[in-house]
Amino acid sequence: MIEEKHVLTMLVDNEPGVLSRVAGLFAGRGYNIESLCVAETVTPNVSRITITTKANEVLIEQIIKQLRKLVNVIKLRDLTGKLSVKREMALICVQAKPEHRAEILRIVDIFRCKVVDVGQEHYILEVTGDEGKLTALINLLTPMGIKKIARSGTLALFREPK
Amino acid sequence: MELTGAQILMKVLEEEGVETIFGYPGGAVIDIYDELMKSGLRHVLVRHEQGAVHAADGYARASGKVGVCLVTSGPGATNTVTGIASAYMDSIPVVVFTGQVPTGLIGNDAFQEVDIVGITRPCTKHNYLVKSVDDMARVVKEAFYLARSGRPGPVLVDIPKDIASARTGYKPIKELSMRSYNPTYKPYRKQLKKVVKMVVRAKRPLIFAGGGVILSKSADELTRFARRGKIPVTTSLMGLGAFPGSDPLWLGMIGMHGTYRANMSSSQCDLLLAVGVRFDDRVTGKTDAFAAQAQIVHIDIDPTSIRKNIPVTVPVVGDCRFTLEQLNGLLEEENLGNLEEKRTPWLEQIEVWKQEARLTYDQKEIIKPQYVIEKLYELTGGKAIITTEVGQNQMWAAQYYHFDEPGHFITSGGLGVMGFGLPAAIGAQMAHPDKMVVDVAGDGSIQMNIQELATAVQNRLPIKVVILNNGYLGMVRQWQQLFYEKRYACTCMDCAPDFVKLAEAYGAVGLRATRPEEVETVLAEGLESDRTVIMDFLVEKEECVYPMVPAGAPITEMLLV
Repeated sequence: MIEEKHVLTMLVDNEPGVLSRVAGLFAGRGYNIESLCVAETVTPNVSRITITTKANEVLIEQIIKQLRKLVNVIKLRDLTGKLSVKREMALICVQAKPEHRAEILRIVDIFRCKVVDVGQEHYILEVTGDEGKLTALINLLTPMGIKKIARSGTLALFREPK
Repeated sequence: MELTGAQILMKVLEEEGVETIFGYPGGAVIDIYDELMKSGLRHVLVRHEQGAVHAADGYARASGKVGVCLVTSGPGATNTVTGIASAYMDSIPVVVFTGQVPTGLIGNDAFQEVDIVGITRPCTKHNYLVKSVDDMARVVKEAFYLARSGRPGPVLVDIPKDIASARTGYKPIKELSMRSYNPTYKPYRKQLKKVVKMVVRAKRPLIFAGGGVILSKSADELTRFARRGKIPVTTSLMGLGAFPGSDPLWLGMIGMHGTYRANMSSSQCDLLLAVGVRFDDRVTGKTDAFAAQAQIVHIDIDPTSIRKNIPVTVPVVGDCRFTLEQLNGLLEEENLGNLEEKRTPWLEQIEVWKQEARLTYDQKEIIKPQYVIEKLYELTGGKAIITTEVGQNQMWAAQYYHFDEPGHFITSGGLGVMGFGLPAAIGAQMAHPDKMVVDVAGDGSIQMNIQELATAVQNRLPIKVVILNNGYLGMVRQWQQLFYEKRYACTCMDCAPDFVKLAEAYGAVGLRATRPEEVETVLAEGLESDRTVIMDFLVEKEECVYPMVPAGAPITEMLLV
């Protein structure tokens, strides 16, 4: 069976230990986590967790059911293939030798990134976009030398009906 | 009304109808024990915290109520983990209260501190750390609700010492609202209509029932359904008693040590109705080959059980009792025509399988363990509550004691905990003081919680322990015999206590049978006694449990002798 990437988004009780229940479920049952984001929502006692995972059709059904079974999971949705907005953010510290600086800034412009820190030898770039955009950017910057990178993992929201 | 945390706990326990608690005191729960003493609750002092959880488990299964334990922090809490994990695997409603160090010390590696909520997260249905006395009433209430509703299971509540003594206003909680917990009891009617059509159409139907039928108290509905639909029935280990063992439609248990006819039927049936089961690997063997010719209907309250191990034709998420009631209603309305005639070839085929390979053994000059169980069945009229340890003793009890009613076979099915039977018998006897309760044990497993003999004697519980003493860890030895060329690595228990003297040392009665002709007299004498009795049966050392399906093989590939 083919493995596919799935983006799961869930509302959970905002209390200590909930993330551990979710992450522990993945670890204990041998499911994989590609990325995981968690933060409070506008309702202070509710948080949103977004998880990307790779699984085949049978396994993803089981993962979703197991997550729904957790008492602290209020609502869960698989956004794969659904109308949704998916974004990731990254901070990229790229080596900026004098001969590369102009080229880097051109890339920044094309990808609509922001330069948020400048030094003698580096730029730190801030970028948001879908996964494809980030990958493309990273590929372009790699020859210049990426010193450090921090990626947020995928965030996603279901598109409301128009 | 201002009450302390401990007093609130007692209040809620009373509201929940708790009568009996199994526990062991310690520093972190002194305040709770102080209140417990003043309450009307009966406390059973076990000798090890693991015993407390197994006893609560046995109590829950025998009574149909929630079992309750109370232990202290640190080692008290960690000792409960095996019991909790066993209750979790078997979906038994148990609430475990553990003491915790005062809130100010949590995280400081205080004396007898352990993160029991962290440790038990994967083996409880849910767990709580009570961080404010204001939460006490709600948390305890929720714990009981979670433990018994939906697919039942153990819930742990960790109570720091200062929370037990802190005061707050108390108002009984009338209604619980849990926004994220809402088990599905009622199945889709459309699915059920489909199921009934399939039952009527099927030529070779088979019901495979499990622990869910017993937990939802729907054995009577299942029996009605099977009889009306003329469908033969097999069960998992956990399902024994869900269908009368004396009924002609009964096939015996399915699985690794299932009967020949049950296993063969599962491979030949064209419709498998799986009710309250989770298709454990000990049932299915090689999953690809399991019920390969059948359309499968799977009824379970827990959606995660469905399609976890076995693909299903018609999934039905719902409570077994509710679902079977509905199915019975629909089946009543259905014109079944010449169902009897239609089923005949199938039932005849099953009869052929039955004749081909019955459960059998050869009683010669050394006592056969199977013979002891058969005699036990005869002498108790099949009415005893049987608890078991784990291994060969468990399988022989399952095969040779025929259960007619639910709640009479109490075993650690999923986790397979050696040392389960004796404390579970204590719990079952507390729930049913007037019933005969027998723990079928091996000489290995009985030693894992032998200390609970003191609990039984202290509480004057007339529990009977039948030890099938073969001097080996028999089931592992059997695997070594069959699959490891008889290399008996560390399975020989050369040095065992004299169980008769041991019983006497604990203040119980000890009896022994060494020859076949003594079996019946020893059993009769032991069962007659109103005291705790250990009966030590020196049985054939290298007897194996048959049939046996090698691990990972299709369940039709059985070793028969």
